[in-house]
Amino acid sequence: MAQVGYSKKVLEHFLNPRNVGTIENPDGYGKVGNPVCGDLMEMFIRVKDDIITDIKFRTFGCGSAIATSSMVTEMAKGMHVDQAMKLTRDDVANELEGLPPQKMHCSNLAADALHEAIKDYKRKKEG
Amino acid sequence: MEKIYLDHASAMSVDPRVLEFAKQYLKEDFGNPSSLHSVGLTAKRAIEDARKKVAELINAENETCILITGGATESNNLAIKGTALRNIGKGKKVAASAIEHISVLNPMKELQKSGFELTIIPVDSTGLVESEKLNDILTKDTTLTSIMYANNEIGTIEPIKKISEIVHKKGLYLHVDATAAAGRIPIDVQNEGIDLLTLSSNDMYGPQGAGALYIKPGIKLQSILPGGGQERGLRSGTENLFAVAGMGEAARIAKDEMEQEKKRLEEIRDKLISEILKIDKSYLTGHPTQRLPHHASFRFSGIEGESILLNMDMIYNIQVSTGSACSSKTLEPSHVLLAIGLKHEEAHGSMVLTLGRANKVEQVPMITKAVKETVERLRKLSPL
Repeated sequence: MAQVGYSKKVLEHFLNPRNVGTIENPDGYGKVGNPVCGDLMEMFIRVKDDIITDIKFRTFGCGSAIATSSMVTEMAKGMHVDQAMKLTRDDVANELEGLPPQKMHCSNLAADALHEAIKDYKRKKEG
Repeated sequence: MEKIYLDHASAMSVDPRVLEFAKQYLKEDFGNPSSLHSVGLTAKRAIEDARKKVAELINAENETCILITGGATESNNLAIKGTALRNIGKGKKVAASAIEHISVLNPMKELQKSGFELTIIPVDSTGLVESEKLNDILTKDTTLTSIMYANNEIGTIEPIKKISEIVHKKGLYLHVDATAAAGRIPIDVQNEGIDLLTLSSNDMYGPQGAGALYIKPGIKLQSILPGGGQERGLRSGTENLFAVAGMGEAARIAKDEMEQEKKRLEEIRDKLISEILKIDKSYLTGHPTQRLPHHASFRFSGIEGESILLNMDMIYNIQVSTGSACSSKTLEPSHVLLAIGLKHEEAHGSMVLTLGRANKVEQVPMITKAVKETVERLRKLSPL
C-alpha cells in the first residue's frame, strides 16, 4: 500500500473524494493556488439563509491536496457561512488524523478556497 | 491483485543467485580483508574477485582500476572532490551537465563554496548534451567534467564517446556517472575514453551498500574519507564484504545476460510507450530512441505526479515514480525535467516506469489500463 506518510483517512478521501464537481451559477466561487506550484483548487457553494446547502470542488494537486479539498467540503456542508469562515488548516488536518509536515500547505489551500468562496458569496449578497 | 513493480531505478531486489553466492560472507567467511590470517585472506580474495568481475563488466584495463565504495553517492563524491582537490594545480573549475544526479551536483556546489567555479552544461529538449556547445563552454582550467552515461529520470543515453573526445582535446578529465546504465547496456571505458566511472551494486541486482569507482591508470585523487587506508588510501573503512562480493557476482550475471535481457526489456518498453502515448495529452520525456532499455517516462497535462503514484499503487498495486515537487523532500520539481525545458506545471505531471527482470510483456495491457484509468480519474477531479 502507498505510504508517503499519509493517514488512513487521507488515503480514503483521496480514493473516494466527496463532493467532486461544479455547481452552475453558484452563490459563491473561490479559486486558490497555482499550477506552477503544483496545487490549484476551485470551490463552489450554494447558500440558503447563510447556510451552506451544497458544496463542490475540483483540485489539481497531490494526494493531500485532493484529500483536504474533499474533507473541507464535508466539514462545511450545512454550516453557517460565518462558522465556515473560521475553519482553519489545522481543523482540516486534524479531521484527517494529521498530515505530514511538508504537506500542511495543501490543507491551508483547501480552507482558503472555501473562505474565498464565502467572501464571494458575501460580496454578491451585499452588491 | 498481483504486484507489478515498475520502480527499478529506485531500488531492486537482490538476484537470488547473487544472494546464494554472497551469503557465505555473512556466515562462515565473515573475515576482515585487512586481517593477515587465513580467515582474512579468504575475505580479501572475495574482494579481489569482485573487483575483477566489475572490471570485466566495463572493460577496464585491469582490476586495480576498480575502487570499491559504499555506493554511487560515495563514488560520485570521491570522483568529483577527490579529483578536483588533488589536481588543483590545473585549475579551479568543474563542469557538469544540468541533468546530473544530485550526488554529482551537490559535491560540485560544495566545491563552489570553497572557491571553485562551476559550469553547468545545458541539454536539449530530449536530454542530450549538445556536444558542439560543450566545446565552447569548457576551458583548459576545468579540471573535471561530469556527464552521466544515461539519465535515471528520462532514460536518455548520452553520446559519451563523442563527449570524451571533446573533453580530452582540451586536456581535461571526464567523469561518467553510469549508475543508471551499468549492467543494462554495454560500457567500454577504454574505447569510450572514460577517465572515471561510477556504478552501483543495487542498480544491477546486487545488495545495497556497495558501489565502485573506475579510475583510469595514472589519474591521481585525494582521499575524502581518511582512516585505516583501505582501497589505496582513497576510501578508508572495512569493506562491506557481503555487499561487495554480491556486487561482483551481480556484475558477472549482468554481463552474461545483457544482450538477451536488453532485447527483452526493449520490447516491453516500446510496447508501453506506444500504448501509453495513445492517452490524450500524454508526452514522452527524454529521447525517443537513444534511451535505456528498461526506461519509459511520460508526462500528462492537467494532473499531478504524486496523485498518479498514489492512485497506481493503491488501486492497481503498481509501483511507479514521479519527478513531481509534491513527492520530493524539497517541494521543488525535478531539476532534470526543468533542464529539458518543461515548465513547472508540466514537470508536476510526470511518471517514470523502470522495468526489471520480473516484468513480462504480458503485463503491458494491465499497466496501460491502469495508467489510462488513473489519468482519467485524476483529470475528472482537476479544474485544468
